[in-house]
Amino acid sequence: MSSTQLKKTALNETHRKYGGRMIDFGGWDMPVQYPAGTIEEHLAVRTAVGVFDVSHMGELEVRGPQALDMIQHVTTNDASKLGDGQIQYSGLTYPEGTFVDDILVHRFGPDHYFICVNASNTDKDFDWIRQHAGDYNAEVTNLSAHYSQIAIQGPKAIETLQPLVDLELNEIKYYWFRQGKIDGVPAIISRTGYTGEDGFEIYFTPSESDRIWDKIFESGKRHKILPCGLAARNTLRLEAKMTLYGNDIDNTTTVLEADLGWICKLAKGDFIGRDRLLEQKEKGLTRKLVGFEVTDKGIARDHNPIYIGGAEVGMVTSGSPAPFLKKNIGLAYLPIEHTAIGTKFEIDVRGRRLNAEVVPTPFYKRSK
Amino acid sequence: MAEYPEELHFTKDHEWIRVEGEVGTVGITGFASEQLGDVVHVQLPRVGEKFAAHDTFGEVESVKTFSELYTPVSGEIIEVNEQLADAPELVNTSPYGDGWMAKMKLSDASEIDKLLTSKEYEDFVESQKEE
Repeated sequence: MSSTQLKKTALNETHRKYGGRMIDFGGWDMPVQYPAGTIEEHLAVRTAVGVFDVSHMGELEVRGPQALDMIQHVTTNDASKLGDGQIQYSGLTYPEGTFVDDILVHRFGPDHYFICVNASNTDKDFDWIRQHAGDYNAEVTNLSAHYSQIAIQGPKAIETLQPLVDLELNEIKYYWFRQGKIDGVPAIISRTGYTGEDGFEIYFTPSESDRIWDKIFESGKRHKILPCGLAARNTLRLEAKMTLYGNDIDNTTTVLEADLGWICKLAKGDFIGRDRLLEQKEKGLTRKLVGFEVTDKGIARDHNPIYIGGAEVGMVTSGSPAPFLKKNIGLAYLPIEHTAIGTKFEIDVRGRRLNAEVVPTPFYKRSK
Repeated sequence: MAEYPEELHFTKDHEWIRVEGEVGTVGITGFASEQLGDVVHVQLPRVGEKFAAHDTFGEVESVKTFSELYTPVSGEIIEVNEQLADAPELVNTSPYGDGWMAKMKLSDASEIDKLLTSKEYEDFVESQKEE
């Protein structure tokens, strides 16, 4: 596919100006890294501040008197627990209890919700929700083209962003949001991220993207702010054991198998997939997503097969060097009897068997 | 920006070789190291191992991906860059210098003539970029 056919975010030219190396990411022309390189970018987010263009992510809006009922019907978490301005990680599920997508549900008010979805799933999610919205008095709209999204992540994110916005960022708690202005531009400012660090994700009109990006860099200069690409986004989320749709979760893995029981509120009432998930909970799981560390010298990669006692028992869903932890880590589904912390197994890395061990997760947890 | 030192010979697998008498020093090109991103591990052959041209003689791993290393010509490994064990990032910071990978005793010097010149390799890289 030539680059002219790829979808571009409003920041495409800016990425080139900042030296981003562009790749085809699920049909989007996105920066995989900038000149500093993935390791430096990763460390900037862990120790100072880094910025990501995540405008390819999708945004759906649900509005109407029964907006909450509709969301409760299609998602696994309990959206009735949300206050105005609060955000919740949740699963959009098939009747099998497997993932259509993993999403962030934002509550603006009792009849107004805003959902951030994975880029490559936007159309699928939109169609799925609409298809199951029939009985509810609420309307779903795909607003993805109307928003740029920038993630400012790291311990210095708050100091970087504060001078540019018209509200007190300290007053926004983790997984809450407010509407304010960034450099005069109306924005949704949410204290969320996909890195395991403190930080913010801001949504605003695409036409102002270049100017806001530059302002953020000006403001973060004293903290040695770096632009960060998709490669660092992946290593950061993996250290924090945040699952990636398409790797660790998809339409073949249930919410419980993904070890995401905490977003699976079976007691909230009926929802798509509940019967199957309840059954799975009662009968017990046969496999589960675990974190592992490679104990030999070597790097496990996505799709490497896993062996215990000579038998193939699973597959690596995400495997990578962990730049901050300086270990080689990964996630994998293993038969439930092999998921205890300390369980040893082998990973076939291009014909070479590496020893690995189930370890506690998240691999990395920031100190508060 | 990628560099293409004129005194080197190149392959379409993105290796370079510097010939001094009977010995060729081999590494990966600046373009290749940029494409890989941060290199975190280099698997090198043992001294004394013999390879034909275009054999796999090792592997280079970055944070994001990995790539096999191919011999530009046939020969015997007489030295490997031990420094890369502790400092694999040299492949990124100095692909044509301290990031070299192995020295080979060439078995047939005429094989060098089949390799790309700096200009030919640069054109090849540009044509890859346009695809």
